[in-house]
Amino acid sequence: MLIVEDLHVYYGNLHALKGVSIEVNEGELVTVIGSNGAGKTTLLRTISGILRPRPGMITYQGQNITGLQPHNIVRLGIGHCPEGRHLFAPLSVMDNLRMGAFQRGGGEEFGSNLERVFKLFPILKERSHQSAGTLSGGEQQMLAIGRALMGEPKLLLLDEPSLGLAPVLVTRIFEVLGELKREGVTILLVEQNARMSLNVADRGYVLETGEAKLQGSAAELSSNADVIKAYLGG
Amino acid sequence: MSQGEMIIQQLFNALTIGSLYAEAAIGLAMVFSILGLINFAHGAILMVGAYSIVFAQAAGLPFWASALLGIAISTLAGVLMERIAYRPIRGAPDVSLLLTSFAVTVLIENGIVVFVSASPKGFPIPQILNSFVSVGNMRFPVIDLSIIGATLVLLVILSLLVTRTKIGIAMRAAASDLVGARLCGIDIDKVIVFAFALGSAMAGVAGIGWAGRLGDVDPFMGLGPVLKGFVACVFGGFGSIPGAVLGAYILGGMEVLFTAFLPTELALYRNAYVFIVLILVLLLRPAGILGTTAREKI
Amino acid sequence: MKRRELIQAVFVLSALGLIVAITHFFAGAYPKRVLITIGIYVILAVSLGLGNGFTGVFSIGHVAFMGIGAYTAAVLTLPLQVKATSMPDLPGFLGLTQLPFLPATLLAGLLPAIVALLVGIPMLRLSGNYIAVATLGLLVITREVLVNAEALTRGARTFTGILPLTNLGWVFVWGAITTFVVWRLKRSTYGRRMFASRDDPIAAQALGISILRTRLLAFVVSAFFTGIAGALFAHFVLAFSARTFYLATTFQVIGMIVIGGMGSVSGAFLGAVLLSGFSEMVRVLEPGFTLGPVHVPPFYGLAQISVAILFILVMLLRPSGLLGDREIDPLFWLDRIRRQGKEEAMQ
Repeated sequence: MLIVEDLHVYYGNLHALKGVSIEVNEGELVTVIGSNGAGKTTLLRTISGILRPRPGMITYQGQNITGLQPHNIVRLGIGHCPEGRHLFAPLSVMDNLRMGAFQRGGGEEFGSNLERVFKLFPILKERSHQSAGTLSGGEQQMLAIGRALMGEPKLLLLDEPSLGLAPVLVTRIFEVLGELKREGVTILLVEQNARMSLNVADRGYVLETGEAKLQGSAAELSSNADVIKAYLGG
Repeated sequence: MSQGEMIIQQLFNALTIGSLYAEAAIGLAMVFSILGLINFAHGAILMVGAYSIVFAQAAGLPFWASALLGIAISTLAGVLMERIAYRPIRGAPDVSLLLTSFAVTVLIENGIVVFVSASPKGFPIPQILNSFVSVGNMRFPVIDLSIIGATLVLLVILSLLVTRTKIGIAMRAAASDLVGARLCGIDIDKVIVFAFALGSAMAGVAGIGWAGRLGDVDPFMGLGPVLKGFVACVFGGFGSIPGAVLGAYILGGMEVLFTAFLPTELALYRNAYVFIVLILVLLLRPAGILGTTAREKI
Repeated sequence: MKRRELIQAVFVLSALGLIVAITHFFAGAYPKRVLITIGIYVILAVSLGLGNGFTGVFSIGHVAFMGIGAYTAAVLTLPLQVKATSMPDLPGFLGLTQLPFLPATLLAGLLPAIVALLVGIPMLRLSGNYIAVATLGLLVITREVLVNAEALTRGARTFTGILPLTNLGWVFVWGAITTFVVWRLKRSTYGRRMFASRDDPIAAQALGISILRTRLLAFVVSAFFTGIAGALFAHFVLAFSARTFYLATTFQVIGMIVIGGMGSVSGAFLGAVLLSGFSEMVRVLEPGFTLGPVHVPPFYGLAQISVAILFILVMLLRPSGLLGDREIDPLFWLDRIRRQGKEEAMQ
């Protein structure tokens, strides 16, 4: 579904991604793990069009999407729930969700997407008229995921959804991820919490200083000695 | 006039002037909230609209049709300006954007000097606007009443636009978090055009009131509104549209206070006082009264 | 100062001095006037570059300092009889003193510098955008004060009767001093701090650089020289009003450093020469001219419009200006010739 080939991305003169290639097949949950500054966020931002690779190619469902504007990439069905959430704090929960559905039609489509989000995160329905800035950390993360879901993505990019959340919330988030996978959403998950992400993932990549050092099935990575030492607290 | 009547009369003045400033400030606030650009050429947009009204009337169009035409031309000017001068340099540092807006202003102003005239031109308004309503010893010019009324109506329409329409909400979203907006699939270019169009239309309206009260138009009439609009935005909190409006009325009130209560020799310097207050505000509370952005100070 | 830089300075000074001397002794009145105009704009551009381009702070209202300087110098050098008739309300000692040119010019630089210090301390803490518009406010206020303080300035009426004290010599000396000071500042620790605070204020602060003090130094020194330019200007044009020191001049000077390169002394110099020359040419054409069979009608404001278009083009195509932050090395060609000579000699 998604093929990333030999991506090189620069921040000014800083070479952030050095020839990264990954693949995500339909229906899979693929995770990218690695420490801070490895380039995971850069990777997602390049896929969703915020950053441009120089050079590199990104193919989605057979179509070359490299260099497309972010709003067009969203329209094609890629949703991105970014690190730090980037919610619209002064806007209400409802308005945030509405904005997630910007590229989708109103009426029925909107209604059913909204129902799905409220089913996954009932608390959002309760707080739908509150402004997003007044929500707790966990609620904000749920809103961020919900907002991305409002765009009816076929491929969902998630950047560090568990960051800063209490364990009980982290578990809930990963439960939701599992449910989404069952519903057929393809997921590319970037996480620092390697243990939990390898638990739900089918396959994974390990990113270090801008390069994809390892790849394999979740089982393979979980039993890999280096991975265990660096990321699984071995 | 009795004490009470004096107060009401002055209050009315403050409302009128505040309304004019609000009309000028809203466009500035909208563009700044999304782009971080203080569009100095906002005044030139206002001026161009006002001149169009003069020409339209000279060509035989009745005042109200001319006024609508003027607003349309201001809107067009703003949209063109964004497309031609600002979009190509969008990633540039703030200073470049500001300087470019300065250059655009000079270009447009001198364009008028060359193709029309450097001297002021009369701005005809219908007789009804020249009259006034008397209550007791107080006189309320009809044009002032219209300005206050129009501003109120426009503010209501505007708030409906930004809270009930998709693109209006998108504008507020983009102002709040640009990256988040892009990731939602919001077409930022469209939103920016919308902000420019709306703000420029307001400037066009402001131009009518401004020129109507002054009685004429001149190529450099835009400077006053832009500066006052800027001060209003700072008072109320840059990046916040309600803030800009609030700041505008506070500014209007302040000016009227200075004029009413200071002896004539000191009152002459009231613009100086306003700017001193501005600098104080920038120092002590740079976010203004309602402001949200935190990027004004180092 | 390194030996090479000393040679550079002497070289430039002598070359320019030669041009000035030739013009002074052999040229007519018009070329002298053009050269003086260019010289004054060079001082303005170079000092604006210091106050703006180096620190990344844009002081759009900088011309206010020029106005203050102009009025200060003019009032101080005005002959007593003229003062008695055209400015009877001058307070106390001002009405009774008449200073020679040099002290008047120095005071014309000092007063704006003091104003810059007072205004700069609160204002320069803000971010670039805000400083730009705040200084514009300063320009507006200064103009308003100048217009309203009738006793001191003759209000909105034209200030006349000024002694024609400016000549090529003064302009050259002040131009040389300004350029030299700004150039040395740029090459000094202070200069490095200025550029650091412009390019990455957060990193600069982390290194312990006080952004406020760096900006303040640039701002105040630049105001000083701008005031001096004002004094020279006043005693050259011999008639001005508060309106003279407003947006047209502002745009002209900003255009010079934008086109020449905001972080460069030679860029400011180049920009000043190019733009003054260009404006002069265009101004000659403004009342209309005949090109072969075609008669082009009067086109006042053409100068401003051309500068504006140039400005926008530069912003779009080459935003850092012609020279950016770099300097022209006047000895570059001499070096090359020397090196080529050496290579040939070695063969």
